[in-house]
Amino acid sequence: MVAKRKKKYASGEGAHFMTRKAALKKLQLSLNDFRRLCILKGIYPREPRNRKRAQKGQAGIKTLYHVKDIQFLMHEPIIWRLRDYKIFNKKVGRARAVKDFESLKKYLNNHPTLKLDHIVKERYPTFLDALRDLDDCLTLCFLFSTFPSIAHVPRDQSALCRRLTIEFLHAVIEAKALRKVFVSIKGYYYQAEIKGETITWIVPHHFSFEPQSRAEVDFKLMSTFVEFYTVMLGFINFRLYHSLNLFYPPKFSVVSQNDDEKSIVDEEVFVSERVAALNFPVSKTSSGEEEEEVEIDTFSTEDTPEKIEEAKIEAEKIKNLKGLFKGLKFFINREVPREPLVFIIRCFGGEVSWDKLLFVGASFDENDESVTHQIVDRPSMDKQFISRYYIQPQWVFDSVNARQLLPVNKYFMGEVLPPHLSPFIDKSRDQQYIPPEEKALYDPEALEELHKKQETDDESEEEEQEDEKLEAEDSEKVDEDEEDTEDEEEEEEGESTKKKKLKVTPGEVYKEVPWEKSKQERQEYKLREKLVKNKHRKLYKSMMAGRQQRAKEIWLLRKKRRLHEEKQKEERKKKKKVEKQTT
Amino acid sequence: MGNKEKILKRKLEKPSEERDSGAESVESEDEFLNVVNGDEEDSSDSDGEVESSDEDELALEDDDEDDDSDEESNEGSENDDQDDSDDDEEEDQDSDDDDDDEDHQEEENTQTPPPSQSKPDEYEDHDTSDEEDIRNTVGNIPKNWYDDYKHLGYDWDGNQIIKPETGDQLDNFLKRMEDPDFWRTVKDPQTGQNVILSDDDINLIKRIKANKIPDVTFDEYAPWIEWFTSEVMQMPLRKFPEHKRSFLPSKSDAKKVSKLVHALKMGWIKTRAEAEKLRAKKEPQFYMLWGSDDQAEEMRRIHQHIAAPKRHLPGHAESYNPPPEYLFDEKEMKQWNKFKNTPWKRKLHFVPQKFQSLRQVPAYPRYIKERFLRCLDLYLCPRGIKMKLNIEPESLVPKLPSPKDLQPFPTVLAIEYKGHSDMVRTISTDKTGQYLVSGSDDGTIKLWEINTGRCLKTIETDGVVRSVEWCPNSALSLILVASGNRVLLINPHLGDFVVCSKTDSILETSPQSDAIVSERIKTTVEWCNSVEANLFDRGVRITLKHFKEVSQVTWHGKGDYFATVMPDGLNRSVLINQISRRRSQLPFTKSKGLVQCVLFHPTKPFLFVATQRHVRIYDLVKQNLMKKLLTNSKWISTMAIHPGGDNLLVGTYDRKMLWFDLDLSTKPYQTLRLHGTAVRGVAFHKRYPLFASGSDDKSLIVSHGMVYNDLLKNPLIVPLKRLQDHEGSNDFGIFGVHFHPLQPWVFSSGADGTIKLYSN
Repeated sequence: MVAKRKKKYASGEGAHFMTRKAALKKLQLSLNDFRRLCILKGIYPREPRNRKRAQKGQAGIKTLYHVKDIQFLMHEPIIWRLRDYKIFNKKVGRARAVKDFESLKKYLNNHPTLKLDHIVKERYPTFLDALRDLDDCLTLCFLFSTFPSIAHVPRDQSALCRRLTIEFLHAVIEAKALRKVFVSIKGYYYQAEIKGETITWIVPHHFSFEPQSRAEVDFKLMSTFVEFYTVMLGFINFRLYHSLNLFYPPKFSVVSQNDDEKSIVDEEVFVSERVAALNFPVSKTSSGEEEEEVEIDTFSTEDTPEKIEEAKIEAEKIKNLKGLFKGLKFFINREVPREPLVFIIRCFGGEVSWDKLLFVGASFDENDESVTHQIVDRPSMDKQFISRYYIQPQWVFDSVNARQLLPVNKYFMGEVLPPHLSPFIDKSRDQQYIPPEEKALYDPEALEELHKKQETDDESEEEEQEDEKLEAEDSEKVDEDEEDTEDEEEEEEGESTKKKKLKVTPGEVYKEVPWEKSKQERQEYKLREKLVKNKHRKLYKSMMAGRQQRAKEIWLLRKKRRLHEEKQKEERKKKKKVEKQTT
Repeated sequence: MGNKEKILKRKLEKPSEERDSGAESVESEDEFLNVVNGDEEDSSDSDGEVESSDEDELALEDDDEDDDSDEESNEGSENDDQDDSDDDEEEDQDSDDDDDDEDHQEEENTQTPPPSQSKPDEYEDHDTSDEEDIRNTVGNIPKNWYDDYKHLGYDWDGNQIIKPETGDQLDNFLKRMEDPDFWRTVKDPQTGQNVILSDDDINLIKRIKANKIPDVTFDEYAPWIEWFTSEVMQMPLRKFPEHKRSFLPSKSDAKKVSKLVHALKMGWIKTRAEAEKLRAKKEPQFYMLWGSDDQAEEMRRIHQHIAAPKRHLPGHAESYNPPPEYLFDEKEMKQWNKFKNTPWKRKLHFVPQKFQSLRQVPAYPRYIKERFLRCLDLYLCPRGIKMKLNIEPESLVPKLPSPKDLQPFPTVLAIEYKGHSDMVRTISTDKTGQYLVSGSDDGTIKLWEINTGRCLKTIETDGVVRSVEWCPNSALSLILVASGNRVLLINPHLGDFVVCSKTDSILETSPQSDAIVSERIKTTVEWCNSVEANLFDRGVRITLKHFKEVSQVTWHGKGDYFATVMPDGLNRSVLINQISRRRSQLPFTKSKGLVQCVLFHPTKPFLFVATQRHVRIYDLVKQNLMKKLLTNSKWISTMAIHPGGDNLLVGTYDRKMLWFDLDLSTKPYQTLRLHGTAVRGVAFHKRYPLFASGSDDKSLIVSHGMVYNDLLKNPLIVPLKRLQDHEGSNDFGIFGVHFHPLQPWVFSSGADGTIKLYSN
């Protein structure tokens, strides 16, 4: 008998993947339910090594899921909950249609709910795993916390987001975990370090909610994500509070307890209460003094002494950063966005307050003599205190990023601010443009240069004017000099003709021209370049093209900067001229 | 009562009808008339103020009407009253009035109707009031249908009612100025006549406008006459007791209550307090989910989980207050707008913006959209692990020994040999390295002394010189020249005199042989031992006349045999000749393609034949094909063999040079793409491990090509130097490349008519 012929795609890559359609059929779910399940369980399509084989020879690009992922979904108990939903919807629909309001009410009262605790545990087996994946969670929760009640986003969901995000901010404040902040046009970027994991999240600027067209944004889908993220964030908060010896859920003294009702009435009130809540420490489980961090000796054998030294310096810097604003008292004017500033200042140990007539939660008054800094965002003020600095909010952000209190003179009220730089630039990458302000930050020499440049600019302008005066005098002198030199030359010629008969010219010392050597090397390299293997030729070419592209971008930025500076210089000159003329 | 009054009556009837029943209509009309009369006296004093106020109101109403009378009303704003009458007329078609008879009489009357009448009304006693005052019989039709006609309609006799003359603007104006009654003049739409309203009429209108009852005498506050009592009696009129069921608890209610109790008991419904508790329970309850930080519990997990990559962190450009160089200038902004439909091609996904202060920063409009896209990516984007190459491009360039360590090789231009007037196709040196021969398109060959760069001799030939080669045998002083379709053997008479004269004497006598030359060879080539005198003076000793143009000649290593190539010769394109016996052979019977070039193996009896795409190696002794080398190129131009005999270098018109290791395989050991255009000349050095190539890009590239005796070691190829001194002409650069036989020097001949010597 002939051996049974092996079927194609019964093994190998073809057997490992299934299309979404096949998955739906296997799970017997609708596409909506499947999507929801995938989002909650964190299942995603996979990119196969060989798409043609994985698609069993079908053309086009299909959404492919791993077979094991689908099997994993099949064993999930919440699938039954999703089916319950289906039944529930049918029942409700029927009751509504026949106007059986009694049973409709009964059904609606005990609708099926999803319990997602086990999924959190399953997706993030350890706390660190959860922290690693916290970026998207926080960003989305912060966004949802600003949402009004809209279709597909239940009101209690955005309320829960508000609660959880503010709890998280408190945990960050208590842990002093904030490291970097950045004001972008999109929102405020925060980067915190919790248990060695860097977590970055974005908080949008005020009034971020805009109605979106249905084709653009599907809020239902985002809401499904948030459904999972709130549960996850809740558990993370619980654990963070626990490790910080804080009560969970925290009790905020300022916030009225049944805030759900109130938030519907007045959004503004809620926001102000939220900020107020940030201003007060949460209650602790143990009233003991905060434990100083025990310095741990490192016995790493692999690292070189320099590396260890570097790490030590870094640790010292972070320690300084944690108490950056300690002992400083800030008063925030009413035009300044309070929420980010209160959070940042509290994170680094400062004290904050604001006008208590406008918002709740102020801890001290504007007239308080001990206020060291007043943050203002307007060009001028009528009543000013001598005992404090009036600074613009960017000082706070820049100081945090510089890990030291920057000199305030550039940030005074009404000053043109220096550029706000991103702290997230990876310095190890080569071939990237570094603006001069950033260079000055890390390199004291460059800083001096930058200062000098500005000074010399001013001086040179003055000198130039002086030069113009002097030139007229000089020109006369030069004429005289030229005549002298001509005479001398004639004399020399006469002498040389006499000496011509017996003459030994000194041999010239062969000087190696430095660029000649490099030119030759370049030529040699060019020849060698032609011997790149055929296999790597394209890769090499694309890499070189990329390098060239980057170099070009840097060049372009430099050029733009130069043009800008020249323009500014000219403007300054003009201004001076005008001033001189007026005087 | 006149015509005009009748119209008014009709007009005012409607509001009165609404209040009074139809039966009373006759009565009310009488009353109404009285009122008009009675009022006449008192209203005179208040006339002035009413006039202005009423006009405004009327003007306001004017907007609603759509009739042709609009024009007229514009001409005189006082005429507005007429519109009202117009409307009413349409509605009250069935209202009663019959003064049709009078119409006939008055029809002939003047345009201005008679003033209020003094004679008694003829209908006063018997007013049937079920007929309307209809003078125009056209019926209830839009009046604009008669716009284009002279007449307005027809009277009872069927005569046309001619439209009265309207008069021009000036007339109207004069009328307005002069006529004191102009403001109360109204046009009758039926007849088109002007009607002056009386004071009573105006009073009536005023009352109606003020929402008052038109009848002045009607008392609104007359005492109420109660026909039925409204008081409620204390005692019932009936005398029997209430039913028993009104005192007993309801059974159906009891049933409902028991149902509810049962439902509560069973937990089907919840009390409010219970429901509250349950709701609180449904809210997410948080507890210590993870026992420790990093110890995972045994659970089902996602198979080979690939974590989603994090979002890129923002750069300086995204700052609310970026350094000025990051802001877009006009050109970049244009570029940005150009990619409106293909946003993924943009360099940044946002336009950098600068704000003076934090307070001015608005919400980012695409924020929600961006978050949504991230969500989509998280659940919809296929994930896979991709190895990222983290290498410098320099690491892909092969590590080769530095050229400095591979000296000596020619690096500088030492001597230039100028003299040819056309491009120099070919060069060759004698075995001692003293003399150089070059052949050019100007039909001459020139002999040069290498060290001085002096041209010693110029020999004219009659055709384009395509190939010259000095005899490798040092005992003979002979040059092989391919000129047109002749091959010349020339004795240059340079160098050792003895050798030269000996050569002459050897060639003088041709050997006698009785071998029969086949017809095929005879038609191909013809040996001429006796040369014409002028040619003999130039040094030509033997000429071979070929049937086609000869493109290349090459000596065998011993200097007795040589091969000639005629690319157009088909199966007779390659010819092997023997000088000593003055004999030719055609080795191939079949054409294998366009022959480009042939070569003898330096030590073995092998012949290399390069056709357009392949190189074939023939064993001349066994007379068979040994190997066929696959060049994988479109067109071979030239080739050279390593003095060891195991390596072959092939230059092609498609910019490549192919190094074949004959021991290794039939495929190239290495393909060198050193040149930018077609390679036209390649050469090996006899002693040093050097080879050079010249191409149409005017550059001569000298390379190190070391062949090791150890069979396990592959040849080492290092390009050393690019020498670029030739000038191009007609897209040609360098033709001939030749090494000095003893020194590490290289000659190159170019299309610019010069030969250049590069020395170390």
